[in-house]
Amino acid sequence: MAHEEIDKVSGVATTGHEWDGIKELNNPLPRWWLWVFYACILFAVGYVFVYPAVPLASSYTKGLLGHSQRASALAETAAGQAARAEVGKGLANASLDDIKTDPKMLEFAMAQGRAAFGDNCAPCHGSGATGSKGYPNLQDDDWLWGGTLADIEHTITVGIRSTSEDTRMNDMPRFGADGLLDVKQVRNVAGYVLSLSGGSVQGADVEAGKQIFAENCTSCHGEDAKGLQELGAPNLTDKVWLYGGDEASVINTVTYAHRGVMPTWGGRLDPVTIKSLAIYVHDLGGGT
Amino acid sequence: MSLMQKHAVFERNSIVLLIGILIVVAIGGLVEIVPLFYLKSTIETVTGMRPYSPLELAGRNIFIREGCYLCHSQMIRPMRDEIERYGHFSLAAESQYDHPFQWGSKRTGPDLARVGGKYSDDWHVAHLVDPRSVVPASVMPAYPFLKETPLKAERIGEDMKTLRLEGVPYSDEAIANAFADLKAQVTPDGSADGVIARYPKAVVRDFDGNPNKLSEMDALIAYLQMLGTLVDFSTYDDKANLR
Repeated sequence: MAHEEIDKVSGVATTGHEWDGIKELNNPLPRWWLWVFYACILFAVGYVFVYPAVPLASSYTKGLLGHSQRASALAETAAGQAARAEVGKGLANASLDDIKTDPKMLEFAMAQGRAAFGDNCAPCHGSGATGSKGYPNLQDDDWLWGGTLADIEHTITVGIRSTSEDTRMNDMPRFGADGLLDVKQVRNVAGYVLSLSGGSVQGADVEAGKQIFAENCTSCHGEDAKGLQELGAPNLTDKVWLYGGDEASVINTVTYAHRGVMPTWGGRLDPVTIKSLAIYVHDLGGGT
Repeated sequence: MSLMQKHAVFERNSIVLLIGILIVVAIGGLVEIVPLFYLKSTIETVTGMRPYSPLELAGRNIFIREGCYLCHSQMIRPMRDEIERYGHFSLAAESQYDHPFQWGSKRTGPDLARVGGKYSDDWHVAHLVDPRSVVPASVMPAYPFLKETPLKAERIGEDMKTLRLEGVPYSDEAIANAFADLKAQVTPDGSADGVIARYPKAVVRDFDGNPNKLSEMDALIAYLQMLGTLVDFSTYDDKANLR
């Protein structure tokens, strides 16, 4: 260096820079820092050979390990599934009733069902499966489409009014909105329906309502109004109401009808998971 | 003067330093960016992808306007936990018509890359109007106004023209029919054959639960319900697409 200058106090050369009389010492970098820096360079060189790194004309260097994030993710997923298959051996081929009576398979199905329920079902049915308005309570013994193991499995697989071709499907007419019944008739039939579970609608003629019910509603809800699970028609004689059991809600339902949708899970979840879910949900409040 | 002191040249001459920086950054840029445009392994095609239908595009604009991407990612990473929860990892080609893409970098809420079909329209309406009504522990803001606000999308064709400049293959016919297609997609009893023909797998129905009104809710739910539904992964060959 042309202007080598040694600082008198420390005995170290300065860089030659000066600001208002303050000069910068040209101390070397700390050794530990320098060696870490060199080690990083060496690591990078090794990394280039071991992992995919350098782009070429039509491909790229694959590295000695042949690592692929997609391959490792797929392998890990497959390994996880294999581990589950090992623990829940036979679940895929066993019937739902067999699973229910085999303590080992049952324990596994319940655990898997609970986990799958939390992510996929809880947003609508609630984390405690108690449902809310429009989303059925799965804890009670009141089932729209049947509460047996097979019924529940089928409902989960195809959904209700879903995009699946085999979906469970019914279509309650919009009696009021489409002019099938006038306002007075709607009020009367709502009064009759509520009278079955001990309620009433102000100003409704229950006898007239009974007649309207017999003419319009019995083909789905049954002559005794206890519903028909093959058609997904709810029991109207109990106090379980999907869309509310007060006067205004029932009148609203008869007027506009409700067509709640449950997605199909057949394509999204694998059959074993669906089986586990059926076992889990049946355990909550399933019937026979 | 040893080799280790040669850097003094860069420290003492700003122009030399500037040229040095330019050369280093240019090399880095060339090596990292250029191969993405020609390497076969980074240009992935997959069957089933199509541009967004006008209604879905309008919904996507609302998704961006409301900043949904700040809390919701749209990218399932190739990791076991994500695959088990959200489904098949996202492919680059699934974002090929996204300008800008909505991958996001933060998940305060769940990933939405494959949320299409997972919940019912009713659920989406209830959830957007008041998230706590269906998910008690949710911290998502409420968007009740979406249901009340009429969808202003008469000029959705202009959006499609702009996207075409960026390489999205909208035909002249698709742009000419843009607003008609948009309205047809929320009218189940109207003629929606054109929408299905131009946008395969498009779902035609009233999304917000109010057939008499074309609201922003219609568009946003149409968009949410199609996310991740275009590619049929039962026919996708994972082994042939490892990288």
